[in-house]
Amino acid sequence: MQLLLQQIMAGLANGAIYALVALAVVMIFLAIDHLNFAQGEMATFSTFIAWQLIHWGLPYWLAFIAVVAVSFIGGIAIERVLFKPLHHAPILASLVGFIALFSILNSGDGYIWDYTIKEFPTPFGNKPLFGSVLIDTHEAGMIGVTVILLGLLYLFFSGTRLGLAMRAAAANPESARLVGIRVGWMTALGWGLAAAIGAVAGMLIAPVVFLEPNMMFGVLLYGFAGAVLGGLTSPAGAVLGGFAVGVIENLAATFIPYVGRDLKLTIALVVIVAVLMVRPTGIFGRSVMSRV
Amino acid sequence: MMLEVAGLEAFYGEQQALFGVGFDLDTRQVRTLLGANGAGKTTVLRALCGMVRTGGDIRFDGKSISGRATEDIVRLGVAHVPEGRGTFVRLTVEENLQLGAITRRDHTAIAADIEQIYHHFPRLKERRTQQAGLLSGGEQQMLAIGRALMLRPRLLLLDEPSFGLAPLVVEELFAILRRVNLDTGVAMLIVEQNAALALEFAEYAYLIETGRIVMNGPAANIAADEGVRRAYLGY
Repeated sequence: MQLLLQQIMAGLANGAIYALVALAVVMIFLAIDHLNFAQGEMATFSTFIAWQLIHWGLPYWLAFIAVVAVSFIGGIAIERVLFKPLHHAPILASLVGFIALFSILNSGDGYIWDYTIKEFPTPFGNKPLFGSVLIDTHEAGMIGVTVILLGLLYLFFSGTRLGLAMRAAAANPESARLVGIRVGWMTALGWGLAAAIGAVAGMLIAPVVFLEPNMMFGVLLYGFAGAVLGGLTSPAGAVLGGFAVGVIENLAATFIPYVGRDLKLTIALVVIVAVLMVRPTGIFGRSVMSRV
Repeated sequence: MMLEVAGLEAFYGEQQALFGVGFDLDTRQVRTLLGANGAGKTTVLRALCGMVRTGGDIRFDGKSISGRATEDIVRLGVAHVPEGRGTFVRLTVEENLQLGAITRRDHTAIAADIEQIYHHFPRLKERRTQQAGLLSGGEQQMLAIGRALMLRPRLLLLDEPSFGLAPLVVEELFAILRRVNLDTGVAMLIVEQNAALALEFAEYAYLIETGRIVMNGPAANIAADEGVRRAYLGY
């Protein structure tokens, strides 16, 4: 029983990160109808910047805030420079754009910071939380920061005019233009937010998986699985999906014989394939109909 | 003159849809654009808002707006109630109305304007927290017009506001449009297939056929001309 609870808590901690990555993916998907394959590499790059700042002696939380801000601006810049010109391009052109972004960032990490594995600090420590064996302080911190971030995003999207404008632009770009919303800038803002959310995810997971250029590869796969499970068109669904995938992953690795650590990543792919076969729109997603 | 259009052309890809269309509209005026299906009525409205590629000259307050982005034209005070109503179906009724005023900064006046829309359309007030996609066709048309009015527009472009609505609802809708026109002085350009209705509502009419204006004149004259009615308007 205790093992089960322990694994569920650990799953929720990892799931928090998958939830953030899934949310970042969905945010860009809603704006431009493409999956951002480079989401993980963007997050890794941000995490390297954080590592560098902390290495130079900046306090953790100062570096954290600076990196979130830099990532936000970087996300906007990527949209303006790379993807705005591809807006009306065929799908393959966008795909190549994502691959280019992926490899530029991935190689950039290695070129600037080399490929050796780096330790990344955690501000929460690694002690048992309140003496409990169920969860340690870093895991609790991952969940706590994620919940705070999700709360802030919810307030932003439901309670501010800019959030409303962003939702409108993603849901119905033509009508959004007809009320005067600058849809292109809303897309750029979505990229900025996705990059900032990814940066938080990267900085939270780095102490667990250690920092190196391919750090987010597995995380992104789990994030995709969470997004597909919850529904690529539903931000809240993607968040729930991310948490669910984290728990499923941990329980499967612990309780299903033969899966263990080695086949853990396969779980993500099994989830993706199973959802696509049974309910392609995900649990909370909706099908998009288009007139031709 | 608020709106002056001369030599307007419009293109869908290589296909030309308008050929040298010209008309004008001043503040407080209500004019209608009539014609058969596919004549180019909707395209004229879309061209005014920069939603299709155009040639020729469109002037608003004497300044050329041809080739400008839709959102910039809207910000000049041009509200467009599009074909199909353009409802944000997953957002609530009230959020739809707030979006109409998204470019405005006068927050207290916005709240008052929403109340004014609810006064015009009490049914929207009853459903203010509902998802807009759940409204009936008539209610969605009211919402689309309400959303457009939230801009406090100087020019209102209406694309088939009567489409798919019961006659009683249509009557109600046009009575409200009339009142808004008298109260605020907003100019209206209305595209309709229901020519009898439009000719009753507007002061002046343009007839469009295969992308060209073939006739214009006071609405009463056009309504009285039986030859024109039979040839172009089908009633």
